[in-house]
Amino acid sequence: MAKGVRPRVKVPGSASAGDVITIKTLISHPMESGQRKDSDGNVIPRSIINRFVCDFNGENVIDVTMEPAISTNPYFEFQAMVPEGGEFKFTWYDDDGSVYEEAKSISVG
Amino acid sequence: MEFTRRGALAVGAGAVAASVLPSFAFASVDDAVAAFTGGAELGEGGLTLTTPEIAENGNTVPVSVDAPGAEAVMLLAAGNPSPDVCTFNFGPMAGAQSASTRIRLAGTQDVVAIAKMSDGSFVRASNEVKVTIGGCGG
Repeated sequence: MAKGVRPRVKVPGSASAGDVITIKTLISHPMESGQRKDSDGNVIPRSIINRFVCDFNGENVIDVTMEPAISTNPYFEFQAMVPEGGEFKFTWYDDDGSVYEEAKSISVG
Repeated sequence: MEFTRRGALAVGAGAVAASVLPSFAFASVDDAVAAFTGGAELGEGGLTLTTPEIAENGNTVPVSVDAPGAEAVMLLAAGNPSPDVCTFNFGPMAGAQSASTRIRLAGTQDVVAIAKMSDGSFVRASNEVKVTIGGCGG
């Protein structure tokens, strides 16, 4: 398992019903591409996050399939609709089977 | 370490070999596109791909796509050892069919985006990005 993986997510605390909001996510992860070699010339095995999913109250917002060409510390920015208050759930799936989760709630005022 | 003429030539030959390598990737771009579209015709328009003209560091190149009415957008880097970059699938709660991320580029090349529209058609957009320092380790 990759060490020190820490998800960071930016979601506005509140919005008006029906608003479109911008969400920014970043997760610290080395995203080893499997192309690099160590000082002895051995290939460093691939170890990346291969999928990122964001759901709002159980409905899908975005589902990203990732390949090794995504940079270290994968960053995503996207738009979501907020018809009512609720919770955004963010899930990252690692090559090694680990799953990293984060949740943020939003209120509608 | 001593610099010999023979040594210098070997380094030069290595550099030439390295610069020729990326051309292998081109065939697999077509394969990746065919796998995504199922061989459908590619149109133009309705898809905006935003990339920097010059990227100083190929390790993190900011890229964004905007395709109103798209179901999914696939990104490809034509000159990378493996052209697949990522695929965005937009769900019912997506506020707009746009997304940004940061990608790795091995060198100066075309970045290609293919969008699958909700009516089943496909559109393509591509931009050339000049990369000063490649981002694939090498």
